[in-house]
Amino acid sequence: MLIQRASDIPSSEITPERLYSNRREFIKTASSALGTAAVISILPGCMNSSASGTAQNKAKGPYDTDEKQTPYEDIISYNNYYEFGIDKSDPIKYSKNFKTKPWTVSVEGMVKKPATYTLEDLTKGFAMEDRVYRMRCVEAWSMVIPWMGFPLAELVKRLEPTPSAKYVEFKTILDPSQMPGQKPSIFGGGLHWPYTEGLRLDEAMNPLAFIAMGIYGKSLPNQDGAPLRLVTPWKYGFKGVKAIVKIRFTDKQPLTAWMEASPQEYGFYANVNPQVDHPRWSQASERRIGEFYKRRTLMFNGYAEQVAQLYSGLDLRKNF
Amino acid sequence: MPKLNPRWILKPAVFLICLVPMVWLAWDTVSGNLTANPLEDFRDRTGIWTLRFLMITLSVTPLRRITGWHSLIRFRRMFGLFTFFHSFLHFITYIWLDQFFAFDEILKDITKRPFIISGFAGFFLLIPLAITSTKKWIGRLGGKRWQMLHRFIYVSAVAGVLHYYWRVKLDVRDPVAYGVLLAVLLGFRAFSRLNLFKPLVARVGSEKSA
Repeated sequence: MLIQRASDIPSSEITPERLYSNRREFIKTASSALGTAAVISILPGCMNSSASGTAQNKAKGPYDTDEKQTPYEDIISYNNYYEFGIDKSDPIKYSKNFKTKPWTVSVEGMVKKPATYTLEDLTKGFAMEDRVYRMRCVEAWSMVIPWMGFPLAELVKRLEPTPSAKYVEFKTILDPSQMPGQKPSIFGGGLHWPYTEGLRLDEAMNPLAFIAMGIYGKSLPNQDGAPLRLVTPWKYGFKGVKAIVKIRFTDKQPLTAWMEASPQEYGFYANVNPQVDHPRWSQASERRIGEFYKRRTLMFNGYAEQVAQLYSGLDLRKNF
Repeated sequence: MPKLNPRWILKPAVFLICLVPMVWLAWDTVSGNLTANPLEDFRDRTGIWTLRFLMITLSVTPLRRITGWHSLIRFRRMFGLFTFFHSFLHFITYIWLDQFFAFDEILKDITKRPFIISGFAGFFLLIPLAITSTKKWIGRLGGKRWQMLHRFIYVSAVAGVLHYYWRVKLDVRDPVAYGVLLAVLLGFRAFSRLNLFKPLVARVGSEKSA
């Protein structure tokens, strides 16, 4: 299993990660793009080893992208996780002491076995897989992340929703004592906690939908959604609800946190779509973290082949 | 040796202090202290410092009136030009690093997106003010007309705050705080212009004597 393999990486291999830091890369690209000499040279040998680590050396799975993976250091330091603060640098600072053990997940609603499971029971017997997915944030930046976890479909099958269930809803833990961003503010302006997301059941059963418990073969850092989070690579990143404590099966479309906060800007589907702009900014292109130039955003974030059929006949402009 | 005039020290000192935010940004860039998305850091930090310098510039007049420290006026032009300096960097970040001179995209942005429109308006309104900031231009335009022209800073400030308000994803607390500060600074001017302070002062005075 991967968790064990990860700890076998000699520290000598991990260290170059810092050298690899994409700020340097950015400055390098920037300085050459700006016409000045590239002042910082990086040993060419360091370029492809190190951070790319475990997953890239492994055989590529059917859903993996072979694009260059975003350095570990960036994935754990540049986060949107409003429970720990609004700034990208807040989650790494304020999630340090977040308790993920013990962890229970309550399964509710239209399901054969509603119960509260320990995390161990919920995931017992699932083989951990690697998935190298693109991640496109609604703010028009993107990453390539080697997740570790299991397909959501396996979990859904284990929980056995009843035939009337059409949707599955997820909720993040509500604990203002550990999550400063959840403390009530007299000025308001925040999301309504706990964070809520949802999928249509057929979306949840799509082989791309994934529950992540790790990245780069290591267990998931708190700021990335430990101990378990949703990953739906064809949707904007905010769909990826973190630190899940509740899974509810229902026949009504769940009201997600962002829909509730700003319904004209955020819809239930949140599919990556370069043709449908956010009301306030364009979604046609994106900045891949670590790259200087922007790149075109792909329909369904490049996963059209796997997911387009889910939305045939649906007006994606209305169902954004 | 001629006696050193404190003014000769004070002005360069304030000038150097005003440079700190961008020196700091440059330092963070070189030392790798920016986030994983450095462009966003450039964009946000040049933007917020534009607004801050706008507020500082607009504070000069009320502060002079309240404290009676009239020599503050000596710094007003410098603050104004630093506002323009930061807004220029902010604008360049957008045109160059964000859009890479893709003028079709920029045009789409200008015509479609209120937050870009207000940003452009705020910036372009500052250009004539920066150009006419010299003594020569005051003479050329005449004090009254010059002053009229420079009232555009109020419009620019309103546009700047709106730009910030429309840009944030969700948490409007910071933009609202800037809006309140701007309202206070502009409100002060409206109050004193309409002589609304006088009866207030008179009343306080009569209460004291009673």
